[in-house]
Amino acid sequence: MVLTGAEIVIRCLQEEKVEYVFGYPGGAVLYIYDALFQQEQVRHILVRHEQAAVHAADGFARSTQKVGVALVTSGPGATNAVTGIATAFCDSIPMVIISGQVPTAAIGQDAFQEVDTVGITRPCVKHNFLVRDVRDIATTIKKAFYLAQTGRPGPVLVDIPKDITFAKCEFEYPQDISMRSYNPVVKGHQGQIKKAVQLLLEAKRPMIYTGGGVILADAADRLTKLTRLLGYPITNTLMGLGAYPASDRQYLGMPGMHGTYEANMSMHYSDVLLAVGARFDDRVIGDPANFAEEPRKIIHVDIDPSSISKRVKVDVPIVGDVKDVLDEMIRQLEAGEARPNPDALAAWWKQIEDWRSRKCMEYRNSDTIIKPQFVIQKLWEVTGGDAIVTSDVGQHQMWAAQYYRFDKPRRWLNSGGLGTMGVGMPYAMGAQLAHPGKQVACVTGEASIQMNIQELSTCKQFRLPIKICNLNNRYLGMVRQWQQLFHGQRYSESYMDSLPDFAKLAESYGHVGIRVDKPADVEGALREAFTTHKNDLVFLDFQVDQTENVYPMVQGGKGLTEMILSAEDL
Amino acid sequence: MRHVISLLIENEAGALSRVSGLFSARGYNIESLTVAPTEDASMSRMTIVTTGSDEIIEQITKQLNKLVEVVKVVDISEAAHIERELMLIKLRATGKDREEIKRTADIFRARIIDVTDTSYVIELTGNQSKLDAFIGAIDTGLILETVRSGVCGIGRGDRVLKL
Repeated sequence: MVLTGAEIVIRCLQEEKVEYVFGYPGGAVLYIYDALFQQEQVRHILVRHEQAAVHAADGFARSTQKVGVALVTSGPGATNAVTGIATAFCDSIPMVIISGQVPTAAIGQDAFQEVDTVGITRPCVKHNFLVRDVRDIATTIKKAFYLAQTGRPGPVLVDIPKDITFAKCEFEYPQDISMRSYNPVVKGHQGQIKKAVQLLLEAKRPMIYTGGGVILADAADRLTKLTRLLGYPITNTLMGLGAYPASDRQYLGMPGMHGTYEANMSMHYSDVLLAVGARFDDRVIGDPANFAEEPRKIIHVDIDPSSISKRVKVDVPIVGDVKDVLDEMIRQLEAGEARPNPDALAAWWKQIEDWRSRKCMEYRNSDTIIKPQFVIQKLWEVTGGDAIVTSDVGQHQMWAAQYYRFDKPRRWLNSGGLGTMGVGMPYAMGAQLAHPGKQVACVTGEASIQMNIQELSTCKQFRLPIKICNLNNRYLGMVRQWQQLFHGQRYSESYMDSLPDFAKLAESYGHVGIRVDKPADVEGALREAFTTHKNDLVFLDFQVDQTENVYPMVQGGKGLTEMILSAEDL
Repeated sequence: MRHVISLLIENEAGALSRVSGLFSARGYNIESLTVAPTEDASMSRMTIVTTGSDEIIEQITKQLNKLVEVVKVVDISEAAHIERELMLIKLRATGKDREEIKRTADIFRARIIDVTDTSYVIELTGNQSKLDAFIGAIDTGLILETVRSGVCGIGRGDRVLKL
């Protein structure tokens, strides 16, 4: 069948069973939008800014394990998308971004709305393509979807010049793709896995530390099985929350800069550390030199060899798909006779319980002023602990991660790697579209929400009943916290003045706005939002304590053992 | 430590900038980089001379392998290998210097490939130190211009970098 390039693009998306494309039209993609208009299978979600298109597609992908798809025009359309692409790249989210480009003959002529999109995005994509011939569109898009979701996932960009979209050729969608230069490892090395299992069984102070890789590999059930089989303590990173049920006794909370005392101490003083789909990030282990002071054997399972021995020296590297490797570990454990040393393990748990008894997550609640942690605890109660929670970046993000106890994977969506303010609402949009009947809450702050506030309009158009929980402290809270602790309380540009009345702003878009000033009203407002206004977008504007800080805390560049547990430690 | 990394990469537009971009983005050194198509025109071979600790070289190799268009990566300096570089050097050649330059060129097995009344262009291949030695042996005042290709490398004997 002879089709135009634009029709081929849409046919490819149909072949890939794409349900939603998030985008914004413009000159270079007019033919693609025309082809989109003339079919019904692929639904287009019109955002109000391209950054939000990419974030929403990203949120869709994070909540489903499917590939998120965004469509933007050339020039500013592409540059606006860059933050979204980089955000997805840092967290290894499978995405395909299609960008329009000026006609082939105009490339390099400084044409209207021309930028070197492939050049600009090169360092923040898994791969990108500039299509130069209409006959290459189908294969290129097939490759893009293949690359995005295999190996270590990531965003792939396909840049298509306008003339290619109205040129015609025979359409045939390739059934499969093989690339001689791209063969990601799947199966872990048997011998290495055997070594790892042996090391784990011999451990006296074992610890399991897992990250976003477990979620991406859809291996949460395996991880839970293995952890229970061994009876070892476990911690999930910010990106890995929900991979192991947070309500379980073996779970020690999140590690790292704002992790729990017990998780950090157990990481530090373990003698065998099993790291799965995690990358020893600076926000997780702090200073690598301090971390290396304590001798321990490290087993590191990751699909990306370059993540292994990058920041810490690893004793047993296992390159492979997390799911396959965990399956094999479980198989070997179940097949063998050996079991962990019960006496050593009991002693280790005793030590851990001692650390846990410090109750580092306790905070002093108030009758008069709303504590942000309290809002998250109530959110957890009201939603039965099973909402999809998105967040922006800052203090509220940490409180949500600390106090909403995630028992299941793909319930917690946040920008862990790049730390992009403004992702919260678009993530919630993507997640709500993917899960129409589900409770979706966006935990945000008055600064972050304003970075993509225009999307209230998109939510109106597509009737997305997300619940925005704005922890409004009239400060760039995390910046303020660092300034208070490390910059002599000089609050340079961290005060948020001239804020809108968020409730009225939401109402002006046709949504429901509720302002909450008193702790006693928090639960009622949340219940009203999630029950009375189940089908509406509700903007809950919580006026929270301006001076509350996120604890515990490991100062940047310090070691995991040098924690500030509360304001009293200062 | 100095390392010579050879790689095969799809001969596609932008492939070179993916490699050079990787080095600049991650702060790795490039001492020299040469690239040209192989006998199979769909593939190019690149030789990169770099320096770094063992950990850095390990990361460089892993990061290069991660690039989707890179087919194969080998650190050829890990074992017996041959390195060659080509230099073209233009010298002021007048009076008694003409004879002297000719003699020096012969000693280095260099060839004079362009002659005018006042200049020579000399072609010399060898490893980096041989080329450096030749420059050292010439009176710097006579050097009009030099151009060097950067290092090409290949493993000795059975060590073959092929698809």
